[in-house]
Amino acid sequence: MKRKFITFGRIIHTGAVNFLRNVSLGVAAIAVMVVTLTIILFSVIANATFAHTIQQITDKIDISVYLNDSDTAAQSKQLVSSLKQLPNVKSIQYLSKQDALQRYLAQNNGNDTLLSAVTQSPSNPIPATILIKPNDLNKINDIKDYLSKPDIKALQSNDPSYSGDRKKAIDNITGATNTLQRIGAVAVIVFTVICALIIFNTIQMAIFNRRDEITIMRLLGARTSYIRGPFVVESIIYGILSAVLSILIINSAFIASSNALQASSLGLLDISYASQWFGNNFLKLLTMQLTAGILIGTVSSVIATRRYLKFKVR
Amino acid sequence: MILLDRVSKTYNKALGPSLDRISLHVEPKEFVIVVGQSGAGKTTLLRLLTREERPTSGKIIIGGIDYDKLRDKDIPLLRRKIGVVFQDFKLLPNKNVYENVAFALEIVGVPNREIKHTVPKVLDIVNLKGKEKRMPQELSGGERQRVAIARAIVRQPRILIADEPTGNLDPKHAWDVIKVLEKINRYGTTVLLTTHNVEIVNKLKRRVVTLQHGKVASDRANADYKI
Ligand SMILES: Nc1ncnc2c1ncn2[C@@H]1O[C@H](COP(=O)(O)OP(=O)(O)OP(=O)(O)O)[C@@H](O)[C@H]1O
Ligand SMILES: [Mg+2]
Repeated sequence: MKRKFITFGRIIHTGAVNFLRNVSLGVAAIAVMVVTLTIILFSVIANATFAHTIQQITDKIDISVYLNDSDTAAQSKQLVSSLKQLPNVKSIQYLSKQDALQRYLAQNNGNDTLLSAVTQSPSNPIPATILIKPNDLNKINDIKDYLSKPDIKALQSNDPSYSGDRKKAIDNITGATNTLQRIGAVAVIVFTVICALIIFNTIQMAIFNRRDEITIMRLLGARTSYIRGPFVVESIIYGILSAVLSILIINSAFIASSNALQASSLGLLDISYASQWFGNNFLKLLTMQLTAGILIGTVSSVIATRRYLKFKVR
Repeated sequence: MILLDRVSKTYNKALGPSLDRISLHVEPKEFVIVVGQSGAGKTTLLRLLTREERPTSGKIIIGGIDYDKLRDKDIPLLRRKIGVVFQDFKLLPNKNVYENVAFALEIVGVPNREIKHTVPKVLDIVNLKGKEKRMPQELSGGERQRVAIARAIVRQPRILIADEPTGNLDPKHAWDVIKVLEKINRYGTTVLLTTHNVEIVNKLKRRVVTLQHGKVASDRANADYKI
């Protein structure tokens, strides 16, 4: 047991020493790994930011259902509760004629012609209104269909209005998210493979440089794990360094863009939110990057050493 | 301790066997000298014992370990029980004398404290005190030979295999090396020594196994050199 600890410590020590000796050999491996991890990190941040933007827009969207002045209180109550049953309905707000008028006045504050038309009228021309917020904008048709059923339709003075102009913005962002996810996935896979190949190559070279030492270790009774360990440790160090570098790169990109660009967003990407989200989730993201880096390093070095350190007696 | 039963080794069918049905039985604590002309198969025999090579046929049992049942992953454990002085030393060129010897202990998980305690004692046995910091290329052939011996005995193996440890030594240094082997043997280690050196064989008066074209030509106790 004690010997296992000592051996473990020596493997880590040897790996670290070898890393320092082979820095020049490891530069290429670290460089691709940094690119890979930066792509992963950027994709994750962009994803979260788009999701946030979509959520924000969705929150502002509602469906207004205009009731007849002749509808009884019981009828409106019945309609509200039946709408609440629909799965895609997030929340419902009932506005009496008086409330609806207030809202209309507030919304059109400054537009004097509209306001005077309403205030000049002898009776309140604004119908009682039900405001519906959907959970998912893409499934808004469920609600539409329900509202256009004949018996429901009969309760309405007008067609429902959708704040539908925002739908296009949402479609744009959803499209961008999907594209980004696809590009991100392909890029991550491609770079992970390149990264693994370069680590393979680095390890192969390191093994070649130390082949005499490895032969002697074998002859003296070193276990394969003891011979392999330092190579894996070396690759894990690449992973840790690359993870930290990728975080630094993204961080300085945020700093640079907030200094250089006056605008708070780049195309559809809300940079100020992205930067804020990055800051709030810093530890989680750092952990994620470290995990990814260590994982890539471990897996590729284990495979590489398996291949080149095969122990075969003739 | 060491048992070989009709062991053969053929590296290359076209060249014929390098070892041909060798049978040998070595008792614990025995001191056995293997002689034979260059190419007779001495190193091949030793390589079979350390499992650097697999026999083409025949049975090998060492210290109760049956080589037919030995899995590749257990070979390190076997090698830890056998100390080897290689014909070409196999020292690490970028480690100094002390580190080369300590290395044999490090790779098997010996604590640093114990290493610091043991290595100087062993370097003392082979008369390398004061040369701890020298690199192998700064040593004479005989000194390198003694580093190799120190490394082979530092783990106190039950069996010590020495492949021509006096190969390029002058008679005085050669005899120093042999005295170390005798000392180790007195402490209870089984020693297997290969050599071309007639004087040493005659002076030692030990069991001598003569190999000829891969066969055991003779196996005599308290013997003189004879090919
Ligand atoms: N790896 C190998 N592949 C093919 N043939 C080999 C190999 N190793 C040794 N041989 C052959 O096996 C025979 C025995 O070689 P070995 O090294 O055992 O001789 P030796 O008795 O140790 O000689 P020396 O006294 O010169 O060290 C030789 O003919 C040699 O050419
Ligand atoms: Mg030989």
